[in-house]
Amino acid sequence: MSVNAALMKIRMQVMWNRLISVVEEQAQTLVRTAFSTSVREAGDLAAAVFDRQGRMLAQAVTGTPGHINAMAEAIVHFIGKYPVERMEPGDVFITNDPWKTSGHLHDITVVTPTFHRGKVVALFANTCHVVDIGGRGFGPDARQVYEEGINIPIVHLFRKGEPNETLMEIIRTNVREPMQVVGDIFSFAASNDTGSKRLVAMLEEFGIDDVDELGEFIIESSRAATVERIAKLRNGTFHNALVMDGYDEPVKLQAALTVGDDSIHVDYEGTSPASAHGINVVLNYTKAYTCFGVKCVVAPDIPNNYGSLLPITFSAPEGCILNVQRPFAVAARHIIGHLLPDTILGCLHQVVDGGCQAEGSASLWNIQLRGGPSVSRPESYAGDIPEFEMLQFNSGGTGARPLKDGLSATAFPSGVRGMPVEATEAITPVIFWRKELRPDSGGAGRSRGGLGQIIELGGAGGIPFDVLAMFERVDHPPRGREGGGNGAAGRVALASGATLRSKGQQSIPAHDSLVLEMAGGGGFGDPRERDAHQVAEDVRNGFVSRDSARDDYGVVLDAQGRVDEAATAAERGG
Amino acid sequence: MANEAAVRVGVDIGGTFTDVALEIGERRYTAKTLTRQDAPEQGILTGLRETLASAAIAPGDISVFIYGTTLATNLLIERKGSPTALLTTEGFRDSIEMRNENRYEQYDVNIDLPPPLVPRALRFPIVERMNARGEELVPIDEAQVEALVPVLEREQVQSLAIGFLHSYMNAAHEERARDVLNARLPEMEITLSSEVSPEMREFERLSSACANAYLQPLMSNHLRNLEQVMQEQGVRCPVFLMLSGGGITTLETAIRFPVRLVESGPAGGAIFAAYIARTLGLDDVVSYDMGGTTAKICLIDDGQPQTARTFEVARVYRFLKGSGLPLRIPVIEMVEIGAGGGSIATVDAMGRIAVGPESAGSGPGPACYALGGEAPTVTDADLVLGRLDPESFAGGAMHLDRGAAETALARDVGGPLDLEVPLAALGVSEMVDENMSNAARVHAIESGKLIEARTLVAFGGAAPVHASRMAEKLNMDRVVIPPGAGVGSAIGFLRAPVSYEVTRSHYQQLDTLDVEATNALLEAMQSEAYGVVEPGAGGHELFEQRTAYMRYVGQGHEVGVEIPVRVAATRLGPDAGTGLRTRFEQEYHRLYERTIPDLEIEILTWVVLVSTRADLPAAVPQSAGAVVPEPVGERALLDTETGDYQTVPAYTREALPAGARIDGPAVIVEKDTATVVTAPFTAHVHALGSLIIERRDRE
Repeated sequence: MSVNAALMKIRMQVMWNRLISVVEEQAQTLVRTAFSTSVREAGDLAAAVFDRQGRMLAQAVTGTPGHINAMAEAIVHFIGKYPVERMEPGDVFITNDPWKTSGHLHDITVVTPTFHRGKVVALFANTCHVVDIGGRGFGPDARQVYEEGINIPIVHLFRKGEPNETLMEIIRTNVREPMQVVGDIFSFAASNDTGSKRLVAMLEEFGIDDVDELGEFIIESSRAATVERIAKLRNGTFHNALVMDGYDEPVKLQAALTVGDDSIHVDYEGTSPASAHGINVVLNYTKAYTCFGVKCVVAPDIPNNYGSLLPITFSAPEGCILNVQRPFAVAARHIIGHLLPDTILGCLHQVVDGGCQAEGSASLWNIQLRGGPSVSRPESYAGDIPEFEMLQFNSGGTGARPLKDGLSATAFPSGVRGMPVEATEAITPVIFWRKELRPDSGGAGRSRGGLGQIIELGGAGGIPFDVLAMFERVDHPPRGREGGGNGAAGRVALASGATLRSKGQQSIPAHDSLVLEMAGGGGFGDPRERDAHQVAEDVRNGFVSRDSARDDYGVVLDAQGRVDEAATAAERGG
Repeated sequence: MANEAAVRVGVDIGGTFTDVALEIGERRYTAKTLTRQDAPEQGILTGLRETLASAAIAPGDISVFIYGTTLATNLLIERKGSPTALLTTEGFRDSIEMRNENRYEQYDVNIDLPPPLVPRALRFPIVERMNARGEELVPIDEAQVEALVPVLEREQVQSLAIGFLHSYMNAAHEERARDVLNARLPEMEITLSSEVSPEMREFERLSSACANAYLQPLMSNHLRNLEQVMQEQGVRCPVFLMLSGGGITTLETAIRFPVRLVESGPAGGAIFAAYIARTLGLDDVVSYDMGGTTAKICLIDDGQPQTARTFEVARVYRFLKGSGLPLRIPVIEMVEIGAGGGSIATVDAMGRIAVGPESAGSGPGPACYALGGEAPTVTDADLVLGRLDPESFAGGAMHLDRGAAETALARDVGGPLDLEVPLAALGVSEMVDENMSNAARVHAIESGKLIEARTLVAFGGAAPVHASRMAEKLNMDRVVIPPGAGVGSAIGFLRAPVSYEVTRSHYQQLDTLDVEATNALLEAMQSEAYGVVEPGAGGHELFEQRTAYMRYVGQGHEVGVEIPVRVAATRLGPDAGTGLRTRFEQEYHRLYERTIPDLEIEILTWVVLVSTRADLPAAVPQSAGAVVPEPVGERALLDTETGDYQTVPAYTREALPAGARIDGPAVIVEKDTATVVTAPFTAHVHALGSLIIERRDRE
């Protein structure tokens, strides 16, 4: 290789790293200026840079797969409507169309072209969950998307630097927290500006006109690396089905994963039809979590971009719950989307040496509460009922891994963070009476499933309120693998005893509390092969009860909690 | 603050070396000895005796003794603290284990979360509850607390943390639990979360309290030993401790809050850089410390290193954010990345060169050390690029094996990428420089600051080699390589003020600001801070700084806004809300280039800092006249633009007179390292010994 070619090669690598750093700066600006708790506390966001054709070149590591991979599909819609040749400096575009971006109205996508030497060289975009979008709010009860809030088509947010005041006024009039939503939208635009500024500085430093050559290099290197990984896998078609609770009837996710020479295809033929309620998934979101599921096993270290996603394809019959069309309702689509990686891991378990982790709680338990005199009957409570909305993210346990226990109360596949109880209580009239791990909820196994958690919360001063329930894994617990036991199923109830439905708006009466028990992850391998001393340690820490130690693991403990070797050998031998 | 006769000693115990710096007026004596993990006091004594002998003075002559240590950090990293228990609110036994319910790395399905310092079996839920306003919802069950006494004894718990919900608003239950246990277990060390970190967010507060409790028995023992050993040696002055926040404090305070000793060595380094910048008349700089395993970068404004209220220690995964234990204490804010001389270079799946965070460290070390290390490292690349002299490394004590470096680079980088060895080395060097530059740039953005207009102050073994190239990448015009950088932290300790910072959460909205309650709070904080600082201040004048952390209602990140402390009237006036709003909007606009109209503003946290004035030297001007020195030899240095070797002059740093001027490209060699002056730069030797490297075309 000539010296010049070698220098060029090094330079490309340096610029690639720089580009990843630029989108991270974009994401950090977003986190620091955003209002929505889900963006700033929980990291429910995506930030990325695209080439002129709308191909994603780099994404920030800060963010969550459902947004990132869905946004990767979104930009072509923007440039389809507003070709880059006709964009002008100062233009910024916006939409929250579920079918063009990430699958529900709460996610707003803002796109900004970057100009350099008189032409568009790239587009910066971010997708974030805003606090409110009007309509019924964040819940699964709607029968049509029109009930779920305001739908912004792809339009100018800024035209040559001038804000679209008409649009802003429409948004302000239609959402519950107008100041915060509009504040958020401004911060989305500001973060794209940060990215653009940095990209232009990079082009100047390296003395280049555009990112076309760099883009080709990134896409081709990433595609080739992914293909190389796929080529090492056993060819064939592998099937798995996962049955989940759904809204009012079980939903079956059926996958056939085909490993080819240079591609992986997932076909969802056989999956349940669309639901009459807002748990349906659009293609973009199906693709987002399909790609994540494949990638975290096959090519976890390869940066996420157009090239690395190219060899991963999928199909879902139109009208099935993974490919719905307007006007089906979609607000709580994450419930199903979050279970796609588990569906795919069940296929890949048959492909990769050593297998894949067991099923986990997977679907986030988002607690969306609503309170106020218009929600609860004022006569039910002696005193004023303040108006409030609350959204909190919570997680059950992840599935046991072939060689490691699952993670307790940890989000997978979602990338969001939980929120501190103290911070929530400071701004919302609720009291958490309990938020801790749930003993005996991790599926037994050579590797134990991660534990779920238990939350008990009531209104401050005993006020009544409603929950917009969208909880999963209540009727269908996460399954173990290779002899591992299932994780404990979830449970939704009142502290006073009554069981609640896992989906839909329901009331928590005055002076009562909502109890949520999240599922644990499934176990992996025969629990009787688990190191007895590890079981004793789990009992000592209260992760596993003495009864479960004996019945599930065949480990007998003495009065001091030490392993009774003889009794254990007898138990396990028999 | 030093008078003529003052003898000042700074001691820095690092993982490998214990550094001692002794100063009498303008004279300085330094020593470097190996750290003894089993008896750290002994390493101090060896170095102390050496410097005392050089200075020809007795231990009794020492007037100030300042000590900083990495021992607290190491106890957390190596999990070697004392068996610790945690009392927590019933229903919240697992806050420190559930963390923030997040995987810090999205795609790796095999990550491990750092286990909590206190295992679940030693976390005891107590019936009690406060609400977010600090009102009691459930009284504390004292009988339940008392019943724990035999359990704690049986479990041989040596230290205890108490962390109840909302104790930052009302600590009465934590204090009551402590009193009940203290009456029965007078020897037990007890940490209250409301004292260590009285701020909202239970995971971070409890994590800080547990770390404090976990460190307390061993650190208290060590510090008492040290005090005794010093007294036995005839040292009559009190021992002061360097804190993570950049101030120094008394031994008693350090024993109460050992968690505030974490990362005090690097804090000393930042203060050293700030001091050097001052002597050169530079206001805004970036300190850049690159050692064997990591590089640390800190922004310094107007002579003050940037501080933060939270950081993470003991990261378990590639120095990645979220993979460590959060500590919420005042710290000098630094970004640390896995980029050092020993960082290992590989080629990843995309055919990209990747450098670090895995490091060959000092054992087995880079391939060129020929001590058994086979992987190519940054130092190997630097050697092949002609930046290091194989014969004069470490003052000639170690011969570097260029052949071994070439072999390693050819095998692991050049071969897979079809690059000649010198270009493979260039790729490694460019990539590590790019990684460090990116980290610095993102860090500046996170802090709302610009990096271009600053000066880079570079120290640590590998920094002078890479500093000029980093400055090119960051578009900076000036680099400073200070003298004495090998014991920079210990010297930095001598420049630190006696100070203490008190933090309280106290939620207020600006439009309903309760001025009376706020004044009462600030006065209580003020008196606490003075109580800690005055005993160590030796009668020096103290100043006070107050900061309110504010944000728009609904945001998640606060902006620190300084509240003026008027000498005559330290209390806020009735119109304080208006002034705070103006100051907040100014600061917000400075950071994000816009303010948001019509939104309410809230205050979450108040900080009061009381401190002596930092030792501020007057700037010493550059010596007049330019001397062009004779090179001592030549080097074949690879040019980053052309990829060809070119012959450049080499100089010995200690032989350069003040006023010497050297145009790049050139190499300036000294005992432990070498400074590379790249082509666009010219180096001057300052009267105080620093190398000032400036971009020629902008002179």
